[in-house]
Parts: sequence; C-alpha cells; structure tokens
Amino acid sequence: MELGIVELSRLQFAMTAMYHFLFVPLTLGLSIILAIMETVYVMTGRPIWRQMTKFWGTLFGINFVLGVATGLTMEFQFGMNWSYYSHYVGDIFGAPLAVEGLMAFFLEATFVGLFFFGWDKLTRVQHLVVTWLVALGSNLSALWILIANGWMQNPVGAAFNPDTMRMEMTSFYDVLFNPVAQAKFVHTVSAGYVTASVFVLGVSALYLLKDKHVELARRSISVAAAFGLASALSVVVLGDESGYTESHTQKMKLAAIEAMWETEKAPAPFTLIGFPDQEARETHFAIKIPWVMGLIGTRSLNVPIAGIDQLVAENKARIKQGIVAYDALVQIREQRAALSSAAKPSGAEAGETSTSAEGAGTGGISPELRKTFEENSENLGYALLLKRYVDDPRNATPEQIEKAANDTVPGVLPLFWAFRFMVGFGFLFIAFMAYFFWMSSFGGERYPRWALIFAVILIPAPWLAAELGWFVAEFGRQPWTVDDVLPTALSVSRLSVEDLLITLGGFVTFYSILFIVEITLMVKYIRKGPYQDVEETKAWMAQHERRLRALGDEDAIPVASPAE
Amino acid sequence: MILTDFITYDVLRVIWWLLVGVLLIGFAMTDGFDMGVGALLPFVAKTDAERRVVINTVGPVWEGNQVWFILGGGAIFAAWPLVYAVSFSGFYLAMFVVLAALILRPVAFKYRSKRDSKLWRSGWDWALFVGGAVPALIFGVAVGNVLLGVPFRLTPELVSHYEGNFLWKFLGLLNPFSLLAGVVSLAMLLTHGAAWLSLKAEGPVAERARSIGTVTGVVTIAGYALAGVWLAIGIQGYAIVGKAVTDGPSNPLYSEVERTSTWLTAYADRPWIAIAPILAFLGIVMAIRGLREGREVSTLLWSQLGIFGTISSVGLTMFPFILPSSIDPNSSLTVWDASSSHVTLFIMLVATAIFLPIILAYTAWVYSVLWGKVTEADVTGNSDTAY
Repeated sequence: MELGIVELSRLQFAMTAMYHFLFVPLTLGLSIILAIMETVYVMTGRPIWRQMTKFWGTLFGINFVLGVATGLTMEFQFGMNWSYYSHYVGDIFGAPLAVEGLMAFFLEATFVGLFFFGWDKLTRVQHLVVTWLVALGSNLSALWILIANGWMQNPVGAAFNPDTMRMEMTSFYDVLFNPVAQAKFVHTVSAGYVTASVFVLGVSALYLLKDKHVELARRSISVAAAFGLASALSVVVLGDESGYTESHTQKMKLAAIEAMWETEKAPAPFTLIGFPDQEARETHFAIKIPWVMGLIGTRSLNVPIAGIDQLVAENKARIKQGIVAYDALVQIREQRAALSSAAKPSGAEAGETSTSAEGAGTGGISPELRKTFEENSENLGYALLLKRYVDDPRNATPEQIEKAANDTVPGVLPLFWAFRFMVGFGFLFIAFMAYFFWMSSFGGERYPRWALIFAVILIPAPWLAAELGWFVAEFGRQPWTVDDVLPTALSVSRLSVEDLLITLGGFVTFYSILFIVEITLMVKYIRKGPYQDVEETKAWMAQHERRLRALGDEDAIPVASPAE
Repeated sequence: MILTDFITYDVLRVIWWLLVGVLLIGFAMTDGFDMGVGALLPFVAKTDAERRVVINTVGPVWEGNQVWFILGGGAIFAAWPLVYAVSFSGFYLAMFVVLAALILRPVAFKYRSKRDSKLWRSGWDWALFVGGAVPALIFGVAVGNVLLGVPFRLTPELVSHYEGNFLWKFLGLLNPFSLLAGVVSLAMLLTHGAAWLSLKAEGPVAERARSIGTVTGVVTIAGYALAGVWLAIGIQGYAIVGKAVTDGPSNPLYSEVERTSTWLTAYADRPWIAIAPILAFLGIVMAIRGLREGREVSTLLWSQLGIFGTISSVGLTMFPFILPSSIDPNSSLTVWDASSSHVTLFIMLVATAIFLPIILAYTAWVYSVLWGKVTEADVTGNSDTAY
C-alpha cells in the first residue's frame, strides 16, 4: 500500500483516537467507582472510605488530564484532516459534538476542579454531589460521541441535498434514537466500567500481595468485583445487541467479522476459529459450530445471513444505480449554473426575488431531474467509490465497477481475529469478576495468592479488549467513513504528504513522551499508596477494631488485617 | 418540521453568528486569563511557593474554562461546517502547533507539583508558559489572516483547496499585519491574566503582575489602534455583489463577491457598530488604570469589557463575512451561505437555550465557592490537594 494522504490521514486518526481511548475507559469507570466509594463514606461516616476516594481520585486525576488533553485533538482533527467529511456530514455529525460540549464537557470539567480542591470548602453532601456530577458528565460525553459515531455506522435521519452538496438532517429524533448508537453507548461505557474495575482490583491485589494498605485494598476489591461483574455481563450482552443490529444495518461488516464468504442455509453455522483467505474467498482450517451464527445474528432459525459474495454482487448493482444519481446531480448543477449566468445582467433584482421560497426551493431546476436524483440518491455514495479509479464515475469501465464493488469488502483476516480476541477477553472478565465477587462476598475475603497474581497480570487486558473493539467497529466499516454514504478516500483534506508527515511525527513523539510521563507518575503514586488523611483513618481503624473485639464477633475482624 | 418555522432561516443564521461570537468571547474572557497567567508565570513568580500560588489561582477553574474553547470548536462544526472544514484544514500546521501547546497545558497543571525535582518543575513551568503564550499569539495571527483573506478555493463539489506548499502555507500566515494582530491578542490576554492575579494573589506576585499588566495594556491599546489605521489605509475588504440572499441554500458558490477598498466601509453603513471599538478602548484604558491603582474586581471586569469590545469589533466589521478567500473571492464563506441547515440550526438553538443558562449557573456557583485570595499558606498547607 503506498502512503498517500488518505493512508497517512487514516493512520494519524487511528493513532490519535486509539491513544485517546487509553485514558477514556478508565475515566468512565473510575469516576463511578469514586462516586460509589464516597457515597459509602457519606452514609457511614467512616474515614477509610474517604481515604479510598482520595487515593483512587489521585490516580483518576493523573489519567483524566490526559483524556482531556488528547480529546482536544479529536475535537479539531475532523476539520484539520477530514475537511470534506466535515463539510459533507457536518450538518448531522457536528450537532451531537456540540451538544456533548454543552451537556457533558462543561459538567465534568467544571466540577472536576472542585472534586480535587473542594474537600475543605464544601459540606460532605455537597462534595458527594460534585463527585457524582463528574461521573455523570463523563458518561454523558460518551453518550453523545457514540451518537455521532453510531450515525457513521448507520446514517439515519438524513438526506443528500443537491443544492448544498452535502447530507442534511431530516430527523434529529432518528439520529438520537439510532438503535446502533444506543447499543454502542451501553457497550462502550460498560467496557469502561470493566476497565476501571480490573484496574482497581489489580492494584489492590498488588497491595495484598505485598501486605500493604490492606484495609484499603480489601474494601476496594469488594467494590470493584461487584461493579465489575455487573459491567462485564453488560458488555457481553450489549455487544451481542450490537451484533444483532449489525445484521440489519452493516451486513458487510458482520459477514467480514465472521468470514462468511457465501450465504449459507439458515440457521448459519458459527466459525469458531480458522484462517480467512481474502484472495480465494474461503476460510482454511475452519472449526464450525452449527446453528449458532444464525441464532446470534438473526435470533431465528430460518432467516439467512447474507455472505460476502452475495453482498459484493448487490453492491455492484448499487454502484450502477449510484451512477444514475451522480449523473442527475451533475445535470442539476449544470442547469443551476446556466440559470444563474442567464440571470446575471440583472443580478441585483434576481437576488432580491430569490429570497422567496423559490430560492430556497427548486430554484428552477426541472422537477423530473430532481425526481430521478431523489429516487437514486441513497446509492450516490456507491458511485463515489469509483472516484478512486476515475474522475467522473459516469465514465467508469465495467472492470472499474468490479474493482469498486470488491473494495466494499474490508480486510477479513484482521477483523475475524480481532473480534475473537475481544470476545474471548469479554468472557474471561466475566469469569474473573464472578470469582472475585464470590470470594469477597462469601469466601471470607481469603484470596489465594495465584488469584492475586493473576489479577495483577490482567491489568492491561481490558485496554487491549477496548482497542480491539474500536478496531472492529472502525476498520470493519471500511471503505466508508459514513456507511453507504461517503467513502474514506474522498473524506480527507487536500493536504500534502509533508503536512501529514510533520504532524504524524509530531504526534508520535509528543504522545510517546506524555505516555512515559503518565505511566511513571502512576507507578509512583501506586507505590506511594494512600497518603491523605492517614492519621485520622488510622485512629478510626484502631477504634473500629477494638469495638469489633468487644462485641466478641471473631468473624467480623478482618482476617487479612496485619493487626491480627 | 413545523417547529422550525417559528424562526426563519435568516434570523437563525444571525443568531448563530451571535452565539459563536458569545462562545469565542466567553473563551477569551475565562480561559483567556488562564492562558495569560500561564504566560506570566515565569515573570511574576520567582520561588517555588510563589509559582504554586500563581498556578493554584487558576488550578480549580482552568479545566472548565477550557471547555469554552472546545465548545467553540464544536459549535463552529455544528453551525458552520464549511467554516470548520476550510479553516482548520487551511491553517493545518498552525492548528497543530496550537493543539500541541494546548495539550501541554493541562498536563503541566496536573503533573508539575507531583514530583519535587527542580528540573521537573521548571520544565513544566515553561510548558505552562508555552501553553499560554503560543495559542494566544496564534489565535491573533489567525484573526489577522482572516481579515486579509485566506488563499483557498472551492470546487463545484465544495472540496476546498488551499494554495501553496506546506511550508509556505504555514510561513505565509506570519505576515506583518497578522503578526501585529497576534501581538495585540497576546498582550490583551497577558493584561487579563495580570488583572486576575491582582485579584487572586497578594504581595510581590500581585505587584509584579500589576506592573507587567500596565505595560501589556499599553501595548494592547497601541497595537489595536495601529491595526485599525492599517485596516483603514492598507487592507482591502470584501462585499457581496448585489443584494445578499439571506435564506437560500448554504452554498458559497451561488453568490458573487468582490473586493472593496476597505473593510471599514461597514462603519459608514452601520454607524452603531462603532460602539465595539469604543468599548475596547474604554475597557483596556480602565483596566490599565485599575492595575496602576491596585483595584481588584473592577479591573478584571474592565479587562473583560476590553476583550468583549475587541473581539466583537472584528466580527461586526466583517459581517456577514466569516472567512473570505483572497484568491477566489466567490468562494468566500459568509453568514448567509456557510451555515448548517434550518433544522440543525434550530435544534442546536434549543439545546443551547436549555444548557447555556445551566452552565452559567453552576460555573458561577463554583467560582463563588472558590472566592478569595490564594496564599502561600494555602498552597503549602494543602499539599495533598493543591497543584
């Protein structure tokens, strides 16, 4: 693959987005865990829970700030690198982004300052409210960005306007309640909750292994395991929901993920593992489980799932229809140009009269032409796929159409495996969380050493799973930026390769340095352990233990406590 | 949608022009002092305790303030997609420099006091300086270039092409007039930062801030006046040929644009807009006076008025132009032909009408909780929560 502006722009976006998402999931989940811990503090008045909130809050802060900083890049990169995309769909895509700022960013950013600086300035309840608002703000921002992303996967509530040469919103309701967006939102925030739970659990396990900060670690594990179990279940259930919606909206992505080359008799078998071969369109060494794919994808026994061969043939037909739409579009533009040059001598007058409905409406374009365009406009994007091979899609040769139709198949092998690893991690997290939840609730908090070591080793896994998930979602949508509407190759800004090499190099260097700085600070503060409210917490713990002993309740004394 | 008919397209377009203005001015008024404080840091604070005082005057609020900037970007995307697309890709490398500086800033705030090493701390102090000064300068430079016109053209498909190779595109931004605009912008935010420090800090830090702020205030006024004269005699303006179509489809190529002798003909057509530059002068002069006499709250308010006047004078002078094209005037983006659709503008207006008052209310509450001076005792006493 030669590295032109399209490839470099994609590389830069993928890199900066995936880097941003190293920080986001921990923010999403940890903000809620902090709020839960502080709620316990406010309800019981036990200082250990405030210390926990402050300790995990310190780690939250180190992570949060990089999420904010790298989010700036995301907000501006659409205009910088994807300017045609920004013009083409900004009428729809820009709205959720702006609402995200209004509804979510202001909330989390305004109150996060008070979370850190307000401990002595606010009452307990006020501070608790602040913490919950930070969590609410973070999670709302995920909602709006996923509404935007969901629209790229399933562009509902919009139509192409030939006068403005772009997609325009027809129904905000449809954009908002896009089923793809809703499923994605819950799936993604749940993944964030799992990430934070695994993080809290892993760091606490490390403390237990080293026999340090045991009180804090025990309590943190019980919160993280309960919260993590619920979230891990939610991730998988909603991931399945995403798969189900894809069987209606993104058939090609689903077929590619499952390496379904041909349409099979319903209910289709599920390929557990195998080695997809894109050239030959077959999967080597496939191990198949009968019926399962049909059940997951269609929740029925008799609805077939379209295979890649069939979808390519359908797409070829759509490209041909798209050319009709493109032709009508060019003719509309030519008619308009002819009209406006005819009106030129009396330019001022024409301007005055055209403020009426006529100017905003048909503008003197023949209605048949508009009708032809509207009938075929849903396939306009398919004609644009030809722009890679020919300037005017109307001049495309049959071979070029064939090529463009084949381009609609994303890379099957990476999708197939990325998806399987992601799902594997998902089930692993359920088992892991279920085990720790059981041990913390009914096992007397006696965690075996091997389990604690495993918990530490598992810390990076949820990040890996989340990045794989984004890979499947975004790489699986190729060759489109907006599914069926706008090809990726057309979406980029007309920059030079030098521009992109400079910024790509800049981002890689800059982000690498920030990553090293962040990790070293995290390690430093994890080593340091809880350093706030130490005296007060210690005094309370001592008193608490005396009280438990006085009650003669042997079981209630923490077994792992060093005081034992 | 029937609801959207309550407000006609042309009125909505003007409302959004105002709202984007409000967001940008809100950004300059709030995050402006954060940036000013960052840029002043190495000069007003010498010891580590002093520097921590300076940083902690904005510590709890910079994050919320910065959202004005993010929302400004989001609102431009939603309300003026073509402006967002053409300007950000056109100013590509300059935007990258701004981003890098703005990414550095949050990290510097948060990480600076997390280690005791002297090298570590002074490194992040300079990062705060860069994170404040560089964006302040470049935003001004960008405004200067917008007044001059930007070398882009639109194809019939509305793909924007920017003229020149990558290096020239970047260096071409640094022309004398735009650099002057950059200096005005930087000096204005330094003055604003000084006004903030005079309110929130005390002792030598506040004194140094006041004396630097007096100088930068004078630079702001002189630069602003010079830029005005330059606009009057040396820079061509733009105008729409014939009567503008105000509720037509958003396609810049449907209207014809010509160069005029100067932008300042706007003041002959709409004399009332002269109020903006008058407020700019008044605000900055009074801020300088307040800094000299050691007034606190009123100085900050005057400085905000100065910012309001300065930024709105640019917008009012150019109206209805947002981003004129120097090489193909017909491609110029205006309020009438670069906006989102009627439906989108309406929905966004509803969202803004609901959330902006709520935002202002809780922001005011947060500021009131944090009211009062930050002292060295605060910083050293609260080493576990302060920056």
